Amino acid sequence: MIEFIVSERCTACDRCVEVCPSNVFEPMEAGPPVIARQDDCQTCFMCELYCTADALYVGPNAYHAEPADPAAVIASGLLGQYRRDSGWDEWQDHYPNEQWLMETVFRRAAEAAR
Amino acid sequence: MSRIGNGEEEGLVADVLVIGGGMAGAWAATAAAREGAHVVLVEKGYCGTSGATAAAGPGHWWAPPDPPEARANAIAQRQRIAFGLGEPHWMRRVLDETWRLLPTLAPYYDFPKDDQGKVRNYRALRGPEYMRALREQIVDLGVVVLDHSPALELLAHADGAIGGAAGIRTQRGGSPWRIAAGAVVLAAGGTSFRSHLLGSRNNTGDGYLMAAEAGAELSGMEFTAAYTVAPQHSTMTRTMSYAFADYFDADGRQIDAPFGPDQTERLAQALLAGPIYCSLARLPEDVQRHLPTISPNVMLPFARWGIDPFRERFEVTLHTDGTIRGIGGVRVRSEDCGTGVPGLYVAGDTASRELVAGASSGGGNVNSAWALSSGSWAGRAAARRARRVPAGFGGLSALGRTGLRASGRPRPVSAAEAVDAVRAEMHPYDKNLFRTGKGLAASRRTLDAVWSDLATHAASNGMAALALREATALVASARWSVASAEARTETRGMHRRLDHPTLDPDLAVRLIAGGFDTVTVRPQATAATSPFESVA
Repeated sequence: MIEFIVSERCTACDRCVEVCPSNVFEPMEAGPPVIARQDDCQTCFMCELYCTADALYVGPNAYHAEPADPAAVIASGLLGQYRRDSGWDEWQDHYPNEQWLMETVFRRAAEAAR
Repeated sequence: MSRIGNGEEEGLVADVLVIGGGMAGAWAATAAAREGAHVVLVEKGYCGTSGATAAAGPGHWWAPPDPPEARANAIAQRQRIAFGLGEPHWMRRVLDETWRLLPTLAPYYDFPKDDQGKVRNYRALRGPEYMRALREQIVDLGVVVLDHSPALELLAHADGAIGGAAGIRTQRGGSPWRIAAGAVVLAAGGTSFRSHLLGSRNNTGDGYLMAAEAGAELSGMEFTAAYTVAPQHSTMTRTMSYAFADYFDADGRQIDAPFGPDQTERLAQALLAGPIYCSLARLPEDVQRHLPTISPNVMLPFARWGIDPFRERFEVTLHTDGTIRGIGGVRVRSEDCGTGVPGLYVAGDTASRELVAGASSGGGNVNSAWALSSGSWAGRAAARRARRVPAGFGGLSALGRTGLRASGRPRPVSAAEAVDAVRAEMHPYDKNLFRTGKGLAASRRTLDAVWSDLATHAASNGMAALALREATALVASARWSVASAEARTETRGMHRRLDHPTLDPDLAVRLIAGGFDTVTVRPQATAATSPFESVA
């Protein structure tokens, strides 16, 4: 579930407040939004995809919070991975959408299972 | 469209109201707007990220009209696993609608092209990009999109015809909204019974509850025993990588669960005995390399936990899909996805998909094609009805009962406890996947008691109403599912009864469920939909 917002990166655009399907964030008068309802997070990573500042970190554990060290996560290069691999925004010409390959993978698996 | 201020309440008048902003709702809004209707779409979360499509990658069921045998073959193949409950006529309609409609999204979705600039494939879309495209499309068509605005109940005219809905704005402190419309399309999704299935938290069966309160019936609710593998504690129910998976028990012994139709059952049996671990070492090297650009979210949990899934074994579980990769939902009464209730149409997972999926999971492909097609038909029909039936608030009454208005003395009822009770009956493999008459009866008694408490005592408004209505919808959906599963004393498709392990030829029927305080189930012969029924 959502663990932290990197305030130095956040531009306070409040896009995450808008796109979160379970209304986890609360906008503030000034500065970054806050994670007001962490338990409602459905661990879908959509906020990260829409965050052009790569300022959000969703932990992989959907059952309970797994506090992570922001400095370590920033150093690991994990922030922005989803948006980059999806080829969104500035990554558009570098990471092609190869979703169409999926059915060939299933076909190969079915052949291998025979 | 006009906006009327009524104290604190927000009122809108539209030709067509679409409830739900996932794939089916967005296609319904598209179709209605293209018919010239003024359309309002309300979404519990955000239209673009909410629902089962957004975080997934739907590969629509697809067969071009040429060569002529392609569709016949696709239908024959589906019929073999529909176990007598599919209807070829509906399958043909869905294949045709999908093939015609999906390429029209090209202005908004960048379909992949080959070196000659020819589109490789229209059928396989990435969820986030697909939903983003659909949102842009409906906004350009003039649809008014209200995000973070869950519907809580339908509004009806004195004759029972549906004329709108009411709900709240969760980002405005739960302030109420009411929308009057000539027709309503319910596209509120199915339900995973609040499992950790990716993207399904908002899918609490709200459409089933609201439709039933309006007088519609449920069909195929016994077909909820779909499960999908995911790394333990994660939501990542993306199946592709697991097509090459090998599974092991805690002692490192390989589990006999090859890729194929029995795999889920075998994994569930192993999970009942203890934890299981997965190896993706057999995933071909080229697929490993392309995985991040095929399904960009699959690697996220692994990268964050520091697991190399191609070299290390990792623990996995099975998440309940409920009616999402399952089948049951509101009974479709006419070819335009009418429900039998004037003014009320259903689309996507809110509708039963038995007509096209039969008794086996429609997975991401038949169910996606259905969501698009049913959305399109329902939206068009709603727009046409709205031309004849003017919208207005005069004489509308609210249909919501349990969770909003107590039948007895109001007192606090815990929504969270009701949800936990549903999970405890609908998730365990030894209750919902491997079913017995005795086990189902025990589930029924437990859920009846939860229902009784909600119906008698729960009363709410504002923000508190959302959680209670979600809990109510989950409990109602679970009760219809359990009652239908009890009545189907056989094994057919995804419905497995340990005490009735074979298919009973006399039960090649639909099971129609309904009722609240008393749940009823009755058989109905197949092919009972008619183009002439209920289009009033």
